[in-house]
Amino acid sequence: MSIYDFLTMRHELLLTLIAILVLIIDLNLKPSQKHYIIPIVQVLFLLHVVIGFLPGNEGVMFGGMYRSSALTIIMKNILNVGVLIILFQSVTWLKSPDNREKISEYFILLFSTLIGMYFMISSGDFLMFYLGLEIATIPMAALAAYTHHQTRSAEAGIKLILSSALSSGVLLFGLSFIYGTTGSLYFDQVAEVYSNSSLQILAFIFFFAGMAFKISLVPFHLWTADVYEGAPVNVTSYLSVISKGAASFILIIILFTVFHSIAYLWKDMIYLIAILTMTVGNLFAMRQKNMKRFLAFSSIAQAGFILLGILGGNVTGMTSVIYFVLVYIFSNLGAFGVVSAILAVTGKESMDDYDGLYATNPKLSLLMTLSMFSLAGIPPVAGFFGKFFLFTAAASAGYYWLVLIAVLNATISLYYYLLVVKAMFINKNETPIAYFKSDLPTRIGLLACVLGIFVLGFWSQIYEIISSLSFGIVNF
Amino acid sequence: MTDYSYTILIPLVPLAVFLFIGLTGHKMKPIVSGLIGTAGLAFGAILAYITAISYFWGGHEGAGYASIKAFEIPWLHVTKNLTISLGSLIDPISVMMLVVITTVSLMVHIYSLGYMKGEKGFHRFFAFLSLFSFSMLGLVLATNIFQMYIFWELVGVSSFLLIGFYYEKPSAVAASKKAFIVTRFADLGFLIGILMLSFNTQTFDFQTLVSQTGPAISQPGGAAFMGLSVLTWSLIFIFMGGAGKSAMFPLHIWLPDAMEGPTPVSALIHAATMVVAGVYLVARLFPVYALGAPDALTVVAWVGGISSLFAAVIACTQTDIKRVLAYSTMSQIGYMMLALGVSGYGGHDGLGFMAANFHLFTHAMFKALLFLGAGAVIHAVHNNDMSGMGGLRKYLPWTHATFLIACITIAGIPPLSGFFSKDEILVAAFHHNPVLFYIEYAVAGLTAFYMFRLYYSIFWGKETHYHHTPHEAPLVMIIPLLILAFGSIFAGFLPFEELVTSDGLPFELHTEWAIAIPSVLIALVGITVATIMYRKVTAIPDKIAGSVSHLYKWSYHKFYMDEVYLFVTKKIIFRFISRPIAWFDRHVVDGTMNGIAGVTQFASFNIRNLQSGKVQQYAYVFITGALVLVFIFVFLW
Repeated sequence: MSIYDFLTMRHELLLTLIAILVLIIDLNLKPSQKHYIIPIVQVLFLLHVVIGFLPGNEGVMFGGMYRSSALTIIMKNILNVGVLIILFQSVTWLKSPDNREKISEYFILLFSTLIGMYFMISSGDFLMFYLGLEIATIPMAALAAYTHHQTRSAEAGIKLILSSALSSGVLLFGLSFIYGTTGSLYFDQVAEVYSNSSLQILAFIFFFAGMAFKISLVPFHLWTADVYEGAPVNVTSYLSVISKGAASFILIIILFTVFHSIAYLWKDMIYLIAILTMTVGNLFAMRQKNMKRFLAFSSIAQAGFILLGILGGNVTGMTSVIYFVLVYIFSNLGAFGVVSAILAVTGKESMDDYDGLYATNPKLSLLMTLSMFSLAGIPPVAGFFGKFFLFTAAASAGYYWLVLIAVLNATISLYYYLLVVKAMFINKNETPIAYFKSDLPTRIGLLACVLGIFVLGFWSQIYEIISSLSFGIVNF
Repeated sequence: MTDYSYTILIPLVPLAVFLFIGLTGHKMKPIVSGLIGTAGLAFGAILAYITAISYFWGGHEGAGYASIKAFEIPWLHVTKNLTISLGSLIDPISVMMLVVITTVSLMVHIYSLGYMKGEKGFHRFFAFLSLFSFSMLGLVLATNIFQMYIFWELVGVSSFLLIGFYYEKPSAVAASKKAFIVTRFADLGFLIGILMLSFNTQTFDFQTLVSQTGPAISQPGGAAFMGLSVLTWSLIFIFMGGAGKSAMFPLHIWLPDAMEGPTPVSALIHAATMVVAGVYLVARLFPVYALGAPDALTVVAWVGGISSLFAAVIACTQTDIKRVLAYSTMSQIGYMMLALGVSGYGGHDGLGFMAANFHLFTHAMFKALLFLGAGAVIHAVHNNDMSGMGGLRKYLPWTHATFLIACITIAGIPPLSGFFSKDEILVAAFHHNPVLFYIEYAVAGLTAFYMFRLYYSIFWGKETHYHHTPHEAPLVMIIPLLILAFGSIFAGFLPFEELVTSDGLPFELHTEWAIAIPSVLIALVGITVATIMYRKVTAIPDKIAGSVSHLYKWSYHKFYMDEVYLFVTKKIIFRFISRPIAWFDRHVVDGTMNGIAGVTQFASFNIRNLQSGKVQQYAYVFITGALVLVFIFVFLW
């Protein structure tokens, strides 16, 4: 094994290096200079994103524990783009007096979770997968409690760590059964011998419950709303977009490759959970008045739609899931970007505060509207194509009733997405949020979302590229 | 082979101008936005001329003019072999249309700098003009029928915006709606036709469609319905879209009302460019029509012939000068459709095809000139109605001269351009269908009559007393008139039989004097009658109107076509179809929907306790959920 082989792991190694660099630089900064780290991190991470897109090695390392392919690389790159936007959107908030002391903590924790996700995506073995999962989860709890002097944030951290401890426990329980019944932790070896014995089904369901927790599928979703509301908004957007996207990627890979032999079973299970998730997510989202909580439930409903693509079980299915996550990153970050900008300047996060926003901040209102349209799936913005492909995938596998239910749910979701639009454009308000001008990084972050929402809808090549890398359920 | 990929810039520059003026126009001085728009179009016009010169005269390989796909990007993959692309297709008709559109559009831009001066929304006007130019240029450059459809609709939208430019005027709003709805209805046929055609042939691409070995022409069979093949039906449906845009009977009712828009708009859209889109559409698919479905071509011929006669009769009695011109446009487009309809494919048989395009070209020049001249008149007297005009030749010498040239041209007097193009159409009709040929003879006489009726009523006739002394238009409006007058006079000498032919090969053209001389005589009779009746104020017009009072009344009321439409839509469709549907919608559909909404709200309210905020309860639900799944899938499956 030569030193060049490590280039295969360039995403993981480079990001680890950046995290350590941030730590070292931060140690050498005087307290009054702590915020200098922000542009440094932005440049470093931008480099990291660019390097990620360069053609590089693919292959298997460490005896099959680590696997890198064009597909995993594109998944990591998608996550990178999302994180880059978040880095820009969180600048205003990081510079506030409360956080000035610990800016680099935010970056180090964020990058640690991202490294964990990389390892999960690239894992070829359940042990590696579990390590990645924990690397991604534990710093996340610290992030949720980032503004720990606020009770809500501390509460969010505690709730997240307790809930994920439970879910990890259940998942690990499932993994131990998998090991016990198959005698291996390697994906390909497990896949060869996996069958539908009761113990193996039990193991699979426990594994699935752990993943469902990460993607917040009903009924494993209850932590979502509290944590999303309590955590700082930029952490929430990370949780709802990057963390969820990564978990969806991993779930679809593992379901399609490792558990292909019991596909008939998990398809039925996902059918049930998809209906539950879409419906319950929608029913809760309708009543929310807090924007963060509202977006939390809307993201639960969106996760239900992702399951439709998984059910497709073919190339179209995987392509539609990856494409949807990509679109969802831009749409949801657009919404969170506006919430974050308003919260950082005014401290307001209730939907009622948004009344009459169009009169004072028309650009923010338009971006919010665009994001809402994209989340709701209104043509011609990207969100429409995202949903359309998911539905196509499910319909191509014959799930017509499920598609019908999904369409009904999409219609219901339109109702509450338009509530936000109505608040901004129609509702009257004596004291609307005053006009303010966001700083440059925030505006760059928001502009990137606008571009993404439009470009992804019209530039079909992206879909073609993803499609050329995707695969269906493996049949040995 | 010359690289024509730069032609894609011709539509893209006006698009950029539209976005620029649309987004920043309100911040700049009005005149600046006008100049930017004009400069953008001038750039496009120069490119179009370069394209035309290098295509027609730059030397070409082999005999005739090939069709070249200059630029193409795939946009959507519908199925494996059905792809929608965007690009530009260069062949004789598209190059000719590029020249026509950019020339007329540039003239209209320059003219509008003067005509629209001081209007509210000056920059908006120029932004819309650029949007229209972009759409129209994209339409003629389309490489496939779906791209054409996209731009077809864009043209419809920009036309809607421009007709309704004076949106504070209720009649303008009504007119823009009418134009949009009627053409949209016709486009429904177009879309059905496209879907049928592409389903049958598995392609949208024009080059594949018109190729003689392609699926459309080599296997035109398919299931028959009412004695016509699927291909014929799809082409008839496609023609329906063309008939809507080109204001062919009976889908013409929107065109006269569309005159509510600013006059330069009428010159650009409703005389020279958009309304000939239907002609262009049929010409674009001409090989398919001629070789695959001659029956559809017969429909085209008759619709064209009837429209031209019908419109010419109405034009004789209208008093609004723009409406006279609108009906005249409809009549002339009828000529072009007829010419396509009677044409064969290849060599001298393709005379009609060449004549249609020739007439399209010359018509664009003299009809734009007529509209812009009418605009100058309206600009001078602030009135559209010719009963309030007369004796203007003294006040508006330039306008008068150019208007007269245009009238002689449209009447078909040699050696002006209208004579040549109309003559070819008559020859083509004579060899194919004598009935249509005699109809067109009559139309030629009527055309000369109503055009000179218009001319004398405006510039001669009674000495009218005006509130303000009418004054000649500013130079910026006169220059386009002069340029177009030049075009009207000399465009007839272009050797179209060598340039724009059905199969791309030049053919030998003979003037058939036996047809040409009578047609000139008929036109002269029409002019003479108009001179006797309208040069001075006489009682003759009223007497004649009285002696054929029924015909006169019918013509004056445009044969009550609007009323027929109103009766069909209001009395029949609304009462017997819409009302029952509305009842069903209100009581059954809405009821169900409200029920669903109510249930949703109820459920949403009742499950709220699940989200208690207690983390131990969350854990309980988590474990329960997992165990229930285990129970279901281990024990029940």
